[in-house]
Amino acid sequence: MENVFLLTMVVLVYLFMIAFLGYYGYRKTNNALDYLVAGRNTHPAVMALSYGATFISTSAIVGFGGVAAMMGMGLLWLTFLNIFIGIIIAFIFFGKRTRKMGHNLDAHTFPELLGKRYQSRFVQGFAGLVIFIFMPLYSAAVLIGAARFLETTFPNMLNFNVAVLIYALIICAYVFAGGIKGVMYTDALQGAIMFVGMLILLVMCYANLGGVTAAHQALTAIADKVPEKLAAQGHLGWTRMPALGSPLWWTMVSTIVMGVGIGVLTQPQLAVRFMTVKSNKEINRGVVTGGIFILMMTGVAYIVGSLSNVYFLRNPKFGQIALNLTQGNVDKIMPLYINNAMPTWFVYVFMLTLLSAAMSTSSSQFHAMGTAFGRDLFEKIFLKGKGSKHTVLLTRVGILVGVLITVILGFKLPTSIIAIATAMFFGLCASTFLPAYAGALFWKGMTKTGAIASMFAGFIVTGLWFLFVHKKESEALGLCQLLFQKPTLATFPWTVVDPIMIALPISLVVAVVVSVCTTRLPKNHIEACFKYF
Amino acid sequence: MLGIDDPQVWLAYLACILSALFCVVYGIMNWNKGDEPLHAEDKKWAQDEKAAEEQL
Repeated sequence: MENVFLLTMVVLVYLFMIAFLGYYGYRKTNNALDYLVAGRNTHPAVMALSYGATFISTSAIVGFGGVAAMMGMGLLWLTFLNIFIGIIIAFIFFGKRTRKMGHNLDAHTFPELLGKRYQSRFVQGFAGLVIFIFMPLYSAAVLIGAARFLETTFPNMLNFNVAVLIYALIICAYVFAGGIKGVMYTDALQGAIMFVGMLILLVMCYANLGGVTAAHQALTAIADKVPEKLAAQGHLGWTRMPALGSPLWWTMVSTIVMGVGIGVLTQPQLAVRFMTVKSNKEINRGVVTGGIFILMMTGVAYIVGSLSNVYFLRNPKFGQIALNLTQGNVDKIMPLYINNAMPTWFVYVFMLTLLSAAMSTSSSQFHAMGTAFGRDLFEKIFLKGKGSKHTVLLTRVGILVGVLITVILGFKLPTSIIAIATAMFFGLCASTFLPAYAGALFWKGMTKTGAIASMFAGFIVTGLWFLFVHKKESEALGLCQLLFQKPTLATFPWTVVDPIMIALPISLVVAVVVSVCTTRLPKNHIEACFKYF
Repeated sequence: MLGIDDPQVWLAYLACILSALFCVVYGIMNWNKGDEPLHAEDKKWAQDEKAAEEQL
């Protein structure tokens, strides 16, 4: 699928649009902050599209779309949570308070919000450390998603390793050209391209299979093609949930749906987005675009991913289900489907859709890693809170180190990893930060000790669960084998239950119990935090 | 429903569409609500953020 002329034309049109909007945006207003300084409202769609473009990446479309091709349409529960928690709860409840408290405390990063709310440099430094060390898992997932699509689109020109390097170079150029600042109009354009690309993908997919009901019926009818190995784990067909309590059910429900669905609330790069708007009015209006956007992104990816099995089985060129064609690598399924089922022009447009999705997410991830290292960890812990001219330099170092670790992980991580790595990071963030973050916004009685204890509990339980209980990770990490001569200390079903199901409730209970038993923060500080609420 | 037999799956399909619809209805009903004056804290925050970005 290589048509150099068509590719050049599509890329040129895209670059022209980006350059024009960048110039137009530069002349008119630089970014959301200029609007805020001037006391003006941004366009209702812009905040939501920029949030959506940061939230959704190649991880959701390529990684989780591939997981849907393996597990089936039950994954739509994740889309429901993406909208219900990721938009409704996040915007209406968390977003409005995050914006006000962030401004009241002059907090500019997620760890800084927690640190200033709890008057604790340690809280800020620890949160920065967790983000800096573990976010590369997520940024590598986004990188791998982009590289898998490039590799499949240009099979004669690129292999996976070259594709990883090319994407890393694109991201470096983008970041150093100032892309990290997120110019409003280019952000909105990237979001709009993603929306149109996914809409076309959905319509063409259903049209190719004879309509909505016919496509679903065809998918139901091929349940007997489920590979034996998956059937043994509880797979009952692509239009059915896995058998209740089976290993596949636990993975789908606890790791994929709950881990990612809840974890979105505590994504540092998303939480700070709310601070860049002027009033709750913009957040209210953003809910409209946000809800539709997420439905069109993840909903379409999971539906198309599942239905790709019918396409591949019916097509005489393949004659097999998706998973068999990619030798079990779920990360390759969406690229393979789009490259074969869609016309060439659409493949190139979709490639730009994916690169747009990946770049907006990657740049915000590297920004979050850089500030976590420079502003939160180094300044608060090593410089003991004294602002320094070194902070900017250290933030830049943090970004560079983040890019480097991401690329190394891109080469080293195993196949079928995109969704798993994303879910691990989201789950860890939820267990470590959610009680402290929710307490910060909603409970005046939450204490500094309660926040620290809760963050520690969530982090440590998650770590121990991965090292000694959840078999997939404990086996790969090998410490359990080394110490106890067995891959896991637990038995089924605990070996397939995601840490979030244990760590988050523990972290929540610890937050409440310790806060009730320890000294409250000064009343005037609490009043300053909750001013204008 | 929609060619899907398992209620746990078609419910998910439906829940996705209904939750997106809720977003549309909520946004429209609150379209003009939530306007607030710009406080000194908001302005200071934006200026500090802009300065930090420019330095970076």
